[in-house]
Amino acid sequence: MAAEGQTSGTTPGERHAIGICFGNSNSSIAYTSVEDKAEVIANEDGDRQIPSILSYVDGEEYNGQQAKQQLIRNSKNTVAHFRDFLGQDFKSIDPTHCHASAHPQEFESTIAFKIQDKEGDEESTVTVSEITTRNLKRLAQSASDFTGKQVNSAVITVPTNFSEKQKEALTKSANGAGLEVLQLIHEPVAALLAYDARPESKVSDKTVVVADLGGTRSDVAVIASRGGMYTILATAHDYEYAGSSLDKVLMDHFAKEFIKWNATDPRENARSLAKLKLESEATKKALSIGTNANFSVESLAEGIDFTSTINRMRYETIARKVFEGFNRLIEGVVKKAGLDVLDIDEVILSGGTSHTPKIASNMVSIFPESTTILAPSTTPTAISPSELQARGAALQANLIQEYEKEDIEQSTHPAVTTVKHLSNAIGVLAITGDESKGVFTPIISAETAVPARRTIHINTPKEGGDVLIKIVEGGSHIKVTKPEPKSKTNGEKQDDDSEDEDDSDEEPEDIREKVWKVGNVLAEAAVKGVKKGGKVEIMVNVAGDLAVTVTCREIGGKGGVRGNLAAP
Amino acid sequence: MAAHTQVALPLPILPEGWSGEKDFKAIGKLTAATQRSIEPVGPHFLAHARRARHKRTFSEDDRIQAQENVKKVEDDDAGEISEPEDPMMLSRDAKDWKSQDHYAVLGLSKYRFKATEEQIKRAHRKKVLRHHPDKKAAAGSTEDDSFFKCIQKATEILLDPVKRRQYDSVDEHADVEPPTKKQLKDGKYYKLWSAVFKAEGRFSRVQPVPKFGDENSNKEDVETFYNFFYNFDSWRSFEYQDEDVPDDNENRDQKRHMERKNNNARKKKKNEDTARLRKLVDDAMSGDDRLKRFRQEANASKNKKKLEKEAAEKKAIEDAKAAKEAEEKAKKDAEEKAKAEKEQGKKAKEAAKAAVKKNRRVLKGSVKDANYFAGSGNAPAKVVDGVLTDVELIQGKLDPDETAALAQKLNGLKVADEIKGVWKGEVERLVAAGKVKSGEVKTLV
Repeated sequence: MAAEGQTSGTTPGERHAIGICFGNSNSSIAYTSVEDKAEVIANEDGDRQIPSILSYVDGEEYNGQQAKQQLIRNSKNTVAHFRDFLGQDFKSIDPTHCHASAHPQEFESTIAFKIQDKEGDEESTVTVSEITTRNLKRLAQSASDFTGKQVNSAVITVPTNFSEKQKEALTKSANGAGLEVLQLIHEPVAALLAYDARPESKVSDKTVVVADLGGTRSDVAVIASRGGMYTILATAHDYEYAGSSLDKVLMDHFAKEFIKWNATDPRENARSLAKLKLESEATKKALSIGTNANFSVESLAEGIDFTSTINRMRYETIARKVFEGFNRLIEGVVKKAGLDVLDIDEVILSGGTSHTPKIASNMVSIFPESTTILAPSTTPTAISPSELQARGAALQANLIQEYEKEDIEQSTHPAVTTVKHLSNAIGVLAITGDESKGVFTPIISAETAVPARRTIHINTPKEGGDVLIKIVEGGSHIKVTKPEPKSKTNGEKQDDDSEDEDDSDEEPEDIREKVWKVGNVLAEAAVKGVKKGGKVEIMVNVAGDLAVTVTCREIGGKGGVRGNLAAP
Repeated sequence: MAAHTQVALPLPILPEGWSGEKDFKAIGKLTAATQRSIEPVGPHFLAHARRARHKRTFSEDDRIQAQENVKKVEDDDAGEISEPEDPMMLSRDAKDWKSQDHYAVLGLSKYRFKATEEQIKRAHRKKVLRHHPDKKAAAGSTEDDSFFKCIQKATEILLDPVKRRQYDSVDEHADVEPPTKKQLKDGKYYKLWSAVFKAEGRFSRVQPVPKFGDENSNKEDVETFYNFFYNFDSWRSFEYQDEDVPDDNENRDQKRHMERKNNNARKKKKNEDTARLRKLVDDAMSGDDRLKRFRQEANASKNKKKLEKEAAEKKAIEDAKAAKEAEEKAKKDAEEKAKAEKEQGKKAKEAAKAAVKKNRRVLKGSVKDANYFAGSGNAPAKVVDGVLTDVELIQGKLDPDETAALAQKLNGLKVADEIKGVWKGEVERLVAAGKVKSGEVKTLV
């Protein structure tokens, strides 16, 4: 109670806020440096990815990498993968991932772990909120040690499907750790914000897929980013295909290798299994960086040391099923948003699993060339996927820490955040050289939150004169054209490899392109006497009630045309 | 949004005969929109939220933001001079600068020890602009520069960190008087004392100073607070209140005397100040309900242990007592039983003895009934003697049961022969059993 009273009382001046990405497997913390750049903080062990694990040995608490090592020797007193249990009841949790650590138990309508967290043999029941508080406390401490100032507030990222109850539980736990929660933001949006806050990025209208591939779950969201405002169009969550399923693939692979030489299966012994898992994870990470990786465990089972190597090709072959799962998930969510892969301008790969190069290269093949795939293996300037969310949270913390608590609450109120979004794009008709018919040129994209204001500069015919501005609504659809059956004729000539023929038959894929279809005409305006080579500025302003104001003028010219459309 | 999209494609030429009112024709309306919620994240959302909450349009918001940015600078500049100037203060003489309130002179009395160097410099400049003697002369008033000198003196002191600290040490305007009992009656105990200790905290070398807290503060915080103030490390010093040391041209001894006096006075004041603070903390502590509560809680837990211990002891004693009682009772019962058995045994023995005696009487009686086997008439004494000796001999050999059996047989017999027969049988049985040697018994065979 006292702690809560203290934290909610921080005034903007005394605040020292950080961004926390609190995940099931790993957490990370970030702060904003003097020049408003977000940087991820390494903890005292030098880890930027701090495993969300707490372990207790003789009353001493370990967290992060040190606690992870305890999964082998001290699994009963090690708590891992607990984030998703927050604010849930026992019926609705999935304890699979806790199999190799302390098991969750039902306790007074919440979830708890039975661990020896004090000296002596006495077991105590620690609720998941208490565990979270302890973990957040350690994170805040690491951040305080690094920045030299006591951290007292934070922006924390949460999955898009976190319920109000879970959010409440997380806020409470954070308060217990002496942190005022300035805001809980959605993980994909945090990742997007981290990219958009880079100085080189421009504010534009784009549709982005954020694939957050984590350790135990994968979440994908389609976000419409319109002038720096984000609207989530669709989300998908998957608990089957995630980092741990890649670990599983490697574990099975190396277990089989081991069985080849030795009679025992290391997966049957809990300790051997834990060793196998830890090393598999390390191997997986090594394979994201290099093309070859070693796997070596001392005394894997029955005192036998085991060393092996694997190359990336082999890994990608055995893990194909999982990679395909990711592909289906991402394609599925684009469909769910009512869009086509052609509508996607950017794919952001976030979360630790996204380091895997194969996933990025799969994205390249799924999405058209115009789509930017933001992953380390495809874009050299990409931000490390595992740091995105913490950075985004830190940026948001920096933005809002100046505001009073009340201000923040008012601004995040549904009355402010729920607004109308355009169902169709608004554009102007332009002409190409030969086509006399208009070509739709979008000014404001669909799914833009209103009120919105956009301005474009558009060329006029070479000789100048009077021009017509036709403001129209436009919809896009996908035009599929069959390619010229050129390869087919080639194939028929080569009768000898007719079997290969069937495969190559499908290869020339349909050419798909996005075309605009002119819809409702909204208004017409004329700008008269445009100079030679002059340009016209068109500003379209859509008010909150969908009333439209159009202003057209020649750049550098006087006057201009202004007109209103009433709200529907 | 600031960057404008450039479109390379040209606009169509206005067709002939197109006309519209003011060159604009409204034709259609937007199709219905979908309601979605935007993510409350990012700088552009903040701008959106600002517009939405204040119901501003884009251009309005742009203008207001720009105005606000400009205003901020003005505010800063105007801030410090806004304090009204006390006419009494304006007529001060710069000579008694020691008693002057330097912060008030510069118009910084609401900031005091919190005023930054920047604020002092700016305040000084503003005051100079207003009170410069040249300006006053130009305005036609007399050339009175006394307040200007006050300003200069105040600035000199406040911009020198050492002198400023000396002044801050004795700046009683920044003090907060400890609350009186009457004030405390209103129940604002924590608020009032908080203000006092916040003011006291400015003298601490160790910053930040723990807060006094409120009624909900936990034990740890409260203890930290009191420990901090009992071990208060103060930079407060009292040089500012020194008496003036005379100039060099006066007596050197006099000068040294003054210095010594000043030093002693400083020490004394420092000690007094330490004592004052200590008393302050004592006063605050004595009325602090939180400490009482903590003590009660501690006692409650301690008493709980004690009571539990006592109860355990009591129970142990009772158990021991009960065990002892049970043991004693068992012992007593056993004794009684033994006694009863003993008595019974005694009775039985007596009864057996009596039976033996009776049986013996029967035996003797039987030979008497048989007239000592002497036929009719009085039996000679010798015969009687012989028979009785034999009878006693046999009796001596028989145990009580056999005696009883024999007596049974003999009982009721009157005929001498039959009696003799019985005796004879008995003797033979004893001889056969080896208890009596044949020939030992003479008369009864």
